[in-house]
Amino acid sequence: MKTIYFDNNATTRVDPEVFEAMVPFFQDLYGNPSSMHHKGGEVAQHIRRARRQLADLLGCEPEEVIYTASGTESDNTALWSAIRGRPDKKHLVTSRVEHSAIHNNVALLRRLGYLVTELGVDKYGRLDMGELLSALTPDTALVSLHWANNETGVLFPVEEIAGLCRERDIIFHTDAVQAVGKIPMKLKDSKIDMLSLAGHKLHAPKGIGALYARQGLKFLPFMVGGHQERGRRGGTENVPYIVGLGKAAELALKRLPEEDTRVRAMRDRLEEGLLKIPYSIVNGDRKERLPNTTNISFEYIEGESILFHLSHFGICASSGSACTSGSLEPSHVLRAMGVPFTAAHGSIRLSLCPYNTEDEVDFVLEKFPPIVEKLRALSPFWKDGKPSDSALLTCDTDNCSVCG
Amino acid sequence: MWEYSDKVMDHFENPRNVGVVGRIDGEGQVGSLSCGDALRLTIQVDKEKDLIEDAKFQTFGCASAIASSSALTEMIKGKTVDEALAITNQDIAEFLGGLPREKMHCSVMGQEALEAAVANYRGVPVKAAQGDVVCKCFGVTDAEIEKVVRVNRLTTVEEVTQFTKAGGGCGQCKPKLEEILARILHQSAAEGPGKPARMTALRRIKLIEEAINTQIAPALIKDGGDIELVDVDGPEVLVTLKGACASCPASKQTLADFVTDRLRALVDPEIVVREYHA
Ligand SMILES: Cc1ncc(COP(=O)(O)O)c(C=O)c1O
Ligand code: FES
Repeated sequence: MKTIYFDNNATTRVDPEVFEAMVPFFQDLYGNPSSMHHKGGEVAQHIRRARRQLADLLGCEPEEVIYTASGTESDNTALWSAIRGRPDKKHLVTSRVEHSAIHNNVALLRRLGYLVTELGVDKYGRLDMGELLSALTPDTALVSLHWANNETGVLFPVEEIAGLCRERDIIFHTDAVQAVGKIPMKLKDSKIDMLSLAGHKLHAPKGIGALYARQGLKFLPFMVGGHQERGRRGGTENVPYIVGLGKAAELALKRLPEEDTRVRAMRDRLEEGLLKIPYSIVNGDRKERLPNTTNISFEYIEGESILFHLSHFGICASSGSACTSGSLEPSHVLRAMGVPFTAAHGSIRLSLCPYNTEDEVDFVLEKFPPIVEKLRALSPFWKDGKPSDSALLTCDTDNCSVCG
Repeated sequence: MWEYSDKVMDHFENPRNVGVVGRIDGEGQVGSLSCGDALRLTIQVDKEKDLIEDAKFQTFGCASAIASSSALTEMIKGKTVDEALAITNQDIAEFLGGLPREKMHCSVMGQEALEAAVANYRGVPVKAAQGDVVCKCFGVTDAEIEKVVRVNRLTTVEEVTQFTKAGGGCGQCKPKLEEILARILHQSAAEGPGKPARMTALRRIKLIEEAINTQIAPALIKDGGDIELVDVDGPEVLVTLKGACASCPASKQTLADFVTDRLRALVDPEIVVREYHA
């Protein structure tokens, strides 16, 4: 069975060129870059080159790049470095739609006595800039807001927010794990203080990430150890993966125009085609959005069962439904957006990449509508091609946190 | 990805008995769209023989919810109403070659729809629905929880959530779930050895741990304190305690009393709490 991989926001395949670039570092080039002999020296050179490649993608200086083991580590490093660096300040601002790498730190921070403001979003997943401004206080140490949302692709105006923070001497961190490699960035001209990324979202392998930390920013290491990464992250470098991420960054920089044209066009065609299915809605702002992502709810059916049927045809996607997460509630992102419960459970995210083809879009557009039809025919909320007025539709419990 | 058995996948991809029976003699509806799964079961009964002639379902939900509904209809067709009522959620799961733990609530939903359809056929109220709602998020009653705990021999709140969904939303009902569990475990223990939920040493430790983590610690943390379980040795429970004013011996004593009270109520009246000093 052929695989049609439309789940590139979850992870991406390693580019063959990336893999090739990595192989020598599992064989001949095994030296420790810190060692004072030629085996170390030759490896150190390659790391320097990889750092330059990644810096070029970000539009920053190589010295501003710190390698980590994941997007999650980058997020945690940024968060804890910022607040430990400003022990006098006890307030943080983030949003309700962040990835769990940030989101799940909030409870811990509160337990430690920090005041955390979690900004809400509107039904399109957008921030209210007025609300953001009024949340900033002299006690605010850090604002951490993602650049692109992993579920909807919605973009936050991070450059503007970074400017507002700089004026107030607040550190601004952005989780750009979903944005890097998909949209252009030039951190040299930006007021962003820290930025997280993860290799596996841009065709490098899993288990390598990086944190951009602006030159001159007070930085406290999260991983305390050796002098690697100029003392900012201890631990012998993951050489093959750093080299792989460098190669992936070089390729991503070349492909950026393609993301904005060919990938965007495929995404739009896919989205338009799927919206022909009755009772389907796009979740999130369709304008300020990553070019590769669409998140669509098919009302009155449940996401996991859609995914299993898609998988039967080799199509990979993901869902914000309760059942897929192993939790019993639909995704916190969709709930924060106030997506009605008739739709939240039936949300499907399709995320493309330059490897995808028009033929694949056609194939998905052919297979998708019958799946929805089949599941609706099973649904107690559906009758004769329309929603039925089933008594089960409404929840009969009060104060239900699930429907909000 | 969930590991579903071939049988689950078969019933999901080729569901049997979809729709509504020709003559509705009994109808059961459980779940809701907001909760993420819902099932409507209709049955046609030969009243002379009290025999289920036909059963059909409509389901909104994940693959295992659809498969459980399909399996249920296959299992009850041709059975007398009493025979059908003897089917437990475990039977449904077994029929399907097992379900992931996190998906057991799908089998419970099937069993409850059956009970509701039979009650409707007989013109009597549904037993589980008669209890008091314990979990507001998912509308689960104490009667329902009690039944599922007994049938499936559940011992932890986590399991109760996996099987009934109760506790899987805001989490506010967890202390109540803990109490219900403790009460049932006591009763079962009193009923003698060999009974399903007899309190083994392991189960007792698990319960103590859970009571501390889900109930006692949150209460202490709210007031600026904290607690950690160090060891369980016979009736003795060793903990480290942190109070808002940790150095004050009087407050320490109140803390220890509070913890003892809670553990005795929740797990075992014999428990003695001791503070651990490293
Ligand atoms: C927005 C965002 N932040 C952080 C992460 C975490 O990255 P990693 O899985 O590399 O830790 C992800 C990945 O899913 C993400 O989408
Ligand atoms: S009341 Fe039970 S989870 Fe909210």
